[in-house]
Amino acid sequence: MSCIEARGLRKTYGSTVALDSINLQVEEGRILGLIGPNGAGKSTALNAILGLIPYEGELKVLGRNPWTARDLLMRDVCFIADVAVLPRWLRVSQALDYVAGVHPRFDRRKAEHFLTRTDIKTKHKVRELSKGMVTQLHLALVMAIDAKLLVLDEPTLGLDILYRKQFYDSLLNDYFDRRRTIVVTTHQVEEIQQVLTDLMFINHGRIMLNCSMEEFESRYAEVMVTPEHVAAARALRPIHERQVFGRSILLFDRVDHQQLAALGEVHTPSIADLFVAVMGQPAPAPQGAAQIPVPGAAR
Amino acid sequence: MNAPANTQALDPQMIPPVASTTARTRPLYWSVRRELWENRSIYLAPLIAAAVMLFGFWTRAFHLPARMRAAEAMDSVTQTNLLATPYAFSAALIMFAGLLVGWFYCLDALHGERRDRSILFWKSLPVSDLTTVLAKFSIPLVVIPAVCFATIVVMQFIMRVLSSIILATNGLSAAPVWTHVPLAEMTLVLLYGVATMAVWYAPIYAWLLLVSAWARRNTFLWAIFLPLAICLVEWIVFHTGHFSKMLGERFNSFRPAFDIVPDDGSGVIIPLSQLTPGRFLSTPGLWIGFAFAAAFLAAAIQLRRFRQPI
Repeated sequence: MSCIEARGLRKTYGSTVALDSINLQVEEGRILGLIGPNGAGKSTALNAILGLIPYEGELKVLGRNPWTARDLLMRDVCFIADVAVLPRWLRVSQALDYVAGVHPRFDRRKAEHFLTRTDIKTKHKVRELSKGMVTQLHLALVMAIDAKLLVLDEPTLGLDILYRKQFYDSLLNDYFDRRRTIVVTTHQVEEIQQVLTDLMFINHGRIMLNCSMEEFESRYAEVMVTPEHVAAARALRPIHERQVFGRSILLFDRVDHQQLAALGEVHTPSIADLFVAVMGQPAPAPQGAAQIPVPGAAR
Repeated sequence: MNAPANTQALDPQMIPPVASTTARTRPLYWSVRRELWENRSIYLAPLIAAAVMLFGFWTRAFHLPARMRAAEAMDSVTQTNLLATPYAFSAALIMFAGLLVGWFYCLDALHGERRDRSILFWKSLPVSDLTTVLAKFSIPLVVIPAVCFATIVVMQFIMRVLSSIILATNGLSAAPVWTHVPLAEMTLVLLYGVATMAVWYAPIYAWLLLVSAWARRNTFLWAIFLPLAICLVEWIVFHTGHFSKMLGERFNSFRPAFDIVPDDGSGVIIPLSQLTPGRFLSTPGLWIGFAFAAAFLAAAIQLRRFRQPI
């Protein structure tokens, strides 16, 4: 069973199309990065997956309809919506009591153990904690829940680089076990490039790119082309070209890496560079050329 | 996959391993606890009101012996009223404090969580909208009346003890404090009054919860002016006042629940004989009110499903 399965998932707000009939399949044990500009439809997609909004089309999360079975689904799904959703009046001890009282899969000792590694004391109120500490608290609560799917919507927004690094480190080391599935959206794409197993670009409510990181690495190549080879390189139809310090950097999709090596230095592009290239393209046919079969199916 | 799970469930010995992985949860209980953590005025307001009343009673208690001596010549009803007025007055004031706290609590209950975005945290846990809204509804319906009842009983007991001590130290008998104002009967009448008031006002609480789930801002104004607008429209269009009459009756919970004849000389103490639970339960208004409350709550639960932070 796939963790998330969407067919023709569509959501409109008045005349604005937030999600334009997307198809999506996320297998168990993947870490999917959902990347897109503001207003691209990322949060709408996540809200639909979490049962927070109604939608058109078919959507199954862990085999359940999230809109009609949200409270059941939340036993197996956790989410951190963004850094500021823990109520300010809540004490840390109360947060532990409450989650332990309502969540059948919450391990209180585990959460307390995570908290001992921080400066957070159980008598603290959320309003007394710094933004980074609130995120640590939320993460400690969520990581102590034995969930199957964890959804993170801009979890590190507004945090300094130390907290951001720590956040993904603890997620990978203490939480991810290859059975759980994680879906994350963020603007800080460089930081999660090494974390992800799958990548999805979304814009104007459509999926612009959908591939596993292995495919990403084998498919895309960035070549710093020496000046005499520029014309030859352009003949191979790069999807993007930019100039850095007078050198041309061309980005290729599905061009033989051996062939490219003759033109200059070949690298795996960063997600950010590919993002600029894909988003800068003239609008492709819906669900078009940039998309290849679903991630995870490759395994 | 399902078949073996079902056969396991039939075998009682196979259940413990399942139970050990998933702890027992009590979402409704913890949802109510959570409301008490957030809204401490639920119990602080009645307690503070009681403290103020006790202080006032204490400062006036020193005049009690003189007034008791003056009242000795008078009839028993006057004596009773002299002793009982502070009890009735302070009880009414605490009930009123509880009412106000309940109203303002309801207006904020489903609005505050959207305002501070914490709704996203609450919704990330396996607690249904039904449980959440019912927990919030139970605060004005059960928790606040219970807190008020307990506060009043304790406060009145302290008042009695205080009066007795002051009378005794002034060489007067403390007996009238306990005989003219019967403890058990007063407590029973109070319990009945608190309970009938809570259920009579149920549609008002539900309405306020609905407004707090629906309005983006100015919950207070919406809650007040929407009913007023209905009254006004009815008066302009039909030249009738049924809706305003209905609202007026709703705010007088005493009429169906007590058989009180004005100025019959019985004084401020309501005896058990004046309670009319049968009439109260058979008042159509009570059941119509419940129907409205149920409809408002159902709407609030539905609205919360769709609600996002504002």
